[in-house]
Amino acid sequence: MIDYDYKRPDSLEEVFRLLQEYGPRAGLIAGGTDVMVKIRNTKKAPEVLISLRGLTDLAYIRKNGHYHIGGLTTHRMLEQSELLQNELPALYEGASRIGSVQVRNVATLAGNICNAAPSADTAGPLLALDARVTLQGPDGERRVPITEFFTGAYRTVRKQTEVLTEINIPAHMEQFGSAYWKQSRRKAMNLPIVGIAVSLRLDNDTISDSRIALTVAAPTPIRAYKAEEFLAGKPMEDAVLAEAGRIAASPECCTLRDSLRGEAWYRARIIEVYVPRMARLAAERIKKTH
Amino acid sequence: MKKVSVSFTLNGDPVTADVPVTWTLLKTLREYFELTGAKEGCGVGECGACTVLVDGKAVNSCLYPIPEVEGRSVTTIEGIAEKDGTLHPIQKAFLENNGVQCGFCTSGMIMSAKALLDQNPDPSEEDIRKSIAGNFCRCTGYVQIVESIQMAAKLKE
Repeated sequence: MIDYDYKRPDSLEEVFRLLQEYGPRAGLIAGGTDVMVKIRNTKKAPEVLISLRGLTDLAYIRKNGHYHIGGLTTHRMLEQSELLQNELPALYEGASRIGSVQVRNVATLAGNICNAAPSADTAGPLLALDARVTLQGPDGERRVPITEFFTGAYRTVRKQTEVLTEINIPAHMEQFGSAYWKQSRRKAMNLPIVGIAVSLRLDNDTISDSRIALTVAAPTPIRAYKAEEFLAGKPMEDAVLAEAGRIAASPECCTLRDSLRGEAWYRARIIEVYVPRMARLAAERIKKTH
Repeated sequence: MKKVSVSFTLNGDPVTADVPVTWTLLKTLREYFELTGAKEGCGVGECGACTVLVDGKAVNSCLYPIPEVEGRSVTTIEGIAEKDGTLHPIQKAFLENNGVQCGFCTSGMIMSAKALLDQNPDPSEEDIRKSIAGNFCRCTGYVQIVESIQMAAKLKE
């Protein structure tokens, strides 16, 4: 018999008080599309579920110099944001490919990355967009670059008493174009076999800066740093992009595995093909004003 | 097991449910209110047979903790026809267009279609397919369902 208590505080202070009161016996829940499934599948629940859905002030998408996305923002809000679609298309694409409308209506961006599945659809875009996250706890807040957030499959640096309250994307990313490719067997209700997110900035036809992120390519979502280094200062040409794809798919960047969803050789091939394609798409999307 | 008293609007009427705090909205609808239109298919948010509207938005009621319903407005398949029994245009369209075979997915399918048409009265086929992507039908192959929703959009005009 699954048994737990359910608390729905309406302020962060109350969340911290409950987290301190119950310690490891408490678990956080936001949209619940991972937590409720896990409880059902494992028949195990924390003694107390602390719902964050009462923190309605944390559901927002703002551009105020930087881009700010609140911790309770749902994927549906991201999918329906013109700001995101126009200026951060990789994140728009990641958010709008998760689950179904029913899932996206409740599941949160913060929940997706705190769950930290190696396949998380928003993790690649956030890595490519140089995001940082704000973790708030009873002793104050800290900012963590998304590159340091994931520590293993389903593991992050978030402490048990901390809440991810905001995702921040630096203002300079507006000069970048970005794109995300989710390789999957079906268009809907599927996890990626592999995910590729690319952002880049051009100086005339030279790649002045780029970020390449891969999901399901290692135990955590990763950046393909070697491929990024290779691209720096190079012209936007097919041979250059193809080489960046080969580097990204090589053991220099990722540790591909065979799994039920796909085999390592196939994942490597998709990375090789889609790093160049996403780079081209990202370049096309660079705002014409810059 | 701890119980909770949750007050909300169900198909237009104010209601209160006294149920275990671990119950989902789906379980409360089916076992407390005896509204069995919403179905449990997978129970983990994959199949959409349990789809209902919460404040007008389609959600999987099998994953919706009952305490979260406090103060909200829930609409189920039982609440969309008129009080005199006249069917909702989406229900009429599904009947006329053979959008129903075994019927298990139909409640959820119609609720997803309602969420779409309430927001977008003139959807493209792509819009329709995207909004029912989380509703599995294992009988029809979806063609008649998509056509039913297209017809419903016309009936509503």
